[in-house]
Amino acid sequence: MSQKMATRHAIAETLLKIAREDARIVVVTSDARGSAGIEGFFRELPERTVEVGIAEQAAIGVAAGLALSRKKAYVFGPACFYSARGFEQVKNDVAYTGSNVKVIAVSGGVSYGPLGSTHHSLHDIAALRAIPGIDVILPSDALQATAITQMLVESEKPAYVRVGRNPIPVIYEPQSRFEHGKGVLLREGKEVAIIATGEVVWHALEAAQLLLEVGVNATVVDMPFLKPFDQDLIVEIANRHERIVTVEEHSIYGGLGEVVLHCLAQGPSCSVKIIGIPDEYPITGTQAQVYAHYGLDSRGIQNAVLDFLQRMG
Amino acid sequence: MKTLMKKAIQLRMDLLQMIHRANSGHTGGSLSSVDILVALFYRVMRIDPTRPLWEERDRFVLSKGHSVEGYYAILADLGFFPKEELERYCRLGSFLTGHPTRKVPGVEVNTGALGHGLAVGVGMAIAGKMDSKPYKVYVLMGDGELGEGSVWEAAQVAAHYGLDNLVGIVDRNRLQISGYTEEVLRLENLAEKWRAFGWEVVNVDGHDLERLVGTFEKVPILAKKPHLVLAHTVKGKGVSFIENKKEWHHHVPSEEELRRALEELNRQLEELENDVSKDGYKTCNC
Ligand SMILES: [Mg+2]
Repeated sequence: MSQKMATRHAIAETLLKIAREDARIVVVTSDARGSAGIEGFFRELPERTVEVGIAEQAAIGVAAGLALSRKKAYVFGPACFYSARGFEQVKNDVAYTGSNVKVIAVSGGVSYGPLGSTHHSLHDIAALRAIPGIDVILPSDALQATAITQMLVESEKPAYVRVGRNPIPVIYEPQSRFEHGKGVLLREGKEVAIIATGEVVWHALEAAQLLLEVGVNATVVDMPFLKPFDQDLIVEIANRHERIVTVEEHSIYGGLGEVVLHCLAQGPSCSVKIIGIPDEYPITGTQAQVYAHYGLDSRGIQNAVLDFLQRMG
Repeated sequence: MKTLMKKAIQLRMDLLQMIHRANSGHTGGSLSSVDILVALFYRVMRIDPTRPLWEERDRFVLSKGHSVEGYYAILADLGFFPKEELERYCRLGSFLTGHPTRKVPGVEVNTGALGHGLAVGVGMAIAGKMDSKPYKVYVLMGDGELGEGSVWEAAQVAAHYGLDNLVGIVDRNRLQISGYTEEVLRLENLAEKWRAFGWEVVNVDGHDLERLVGTFEKVPILAKKPHLVLAHTVKGKGVSFIENKKEWHHHVPSEEELRRALEELNRQLEELENDVSKDGYKTCNC
């Protein structure tokens, strides 16, 4: 886990590579070329880009119109705006209409750190999952983001892909393979299973390492697809573990934790602890500081697991 | 032209019956927009009911999705789907929902939430430019709809990209659900607003089929500019007791009201039949 890369850059670079061959790919953005890392696309394939200015609603609507004209439309911009300001367009023009638009929502969660809650998107999993007809995906590293970008190009279905802003460790191998709608068992342990999504997955892996040092052997599962959700894998994990800890850069309401609980309500009994952002506007600080404050980093996950095991003990 | 005028009256009768049967619908706005739809669908647009997704087709987006009854009646009349389905409008399981969806052959995009259609039309128009396809994109908006900020976002994008293959149409019936547009929230000067946003604006009587067809056929009047047809209409047009009454925005005609309305429209049909002055102008091939 020494190499680091921002997932948003992995997506932008992969898409440009594919777009050189696939003329149907077009990119729409709302004055977010820099933050989305798509200047390269704009430079190299300007005739296949649409800049709409600071107007997220227009960006999604225009993308839907392009998609309905047989384009593969990619909208790049901040998650906070596309999951809120442009939400009705995502619901109606994209998901309900069934137009092949992929929303690449960058700088998600608390990536913008001290900029505050206007710029955070801690509700997007809950909001997007409640709309039929759109996949909800949170890649956990640059290599997975690359593989998912390839997957998106081959699918005609709408998707909302939430990525972060900052470089994060690469946890997969270039030859790692991913399946649409499937979770990934990263580490097989036994006392507890840590299930995570998005850019906190590497923290979960690190936490497992820390836990091993104190004699706890944790399973780690990466769930990039929040929708469709790999319920079978969760049930299987619950069958083999008495305790599950979920970790997500999202509100504790309506996110991964609740989705896992939903699976378990119909399956094996298992104690679950949800680590996420509580029902409050987060404290001011960098993303790393906010993670630490709410226990989303490796140290916080480790402590929560130990506490959980002791309490359940 | 007479055939076209008769068609518009017939469609008014159809849509009133649909609304009555379904006990649901938007009477006033459907009646005000019928002539615009008739001009587009029977005379102006290049479409093929046997190939709804034909790539060269002209695109139509009903941004004021609530005026759906006349739209469905036209699509059925043109053969996009069997006419019998109109009787199931809004019924359990019918694909004819109270706002248009792509389940209906001929419908391009699911609408109903106001302020969405223009941006989608802009995307279609940009795609047409990218692919050097000659099709045009028509987007019909309500006047009350122009309160949505997203309309003006899309208007800016259209002007920026010089989309002369895009025609916005405003059904300017001066009413919205709670009253006169100018009292609810002033819209005027609408023509100046659109001009200021970089659009070429044309005013037209939205019930004069000959003028409507003539206007649409002139597009593009100016290269590199999107076009806005400000169609001045009467909400509830065609039925005296429905015209200009805000209550009829989504009031459903009762048995008796339907009877009186159909009587009026039948009378108009007869008068038209006997009016030789409307004969002769361009034979309609519909
Ligand atoms: Mg109106």
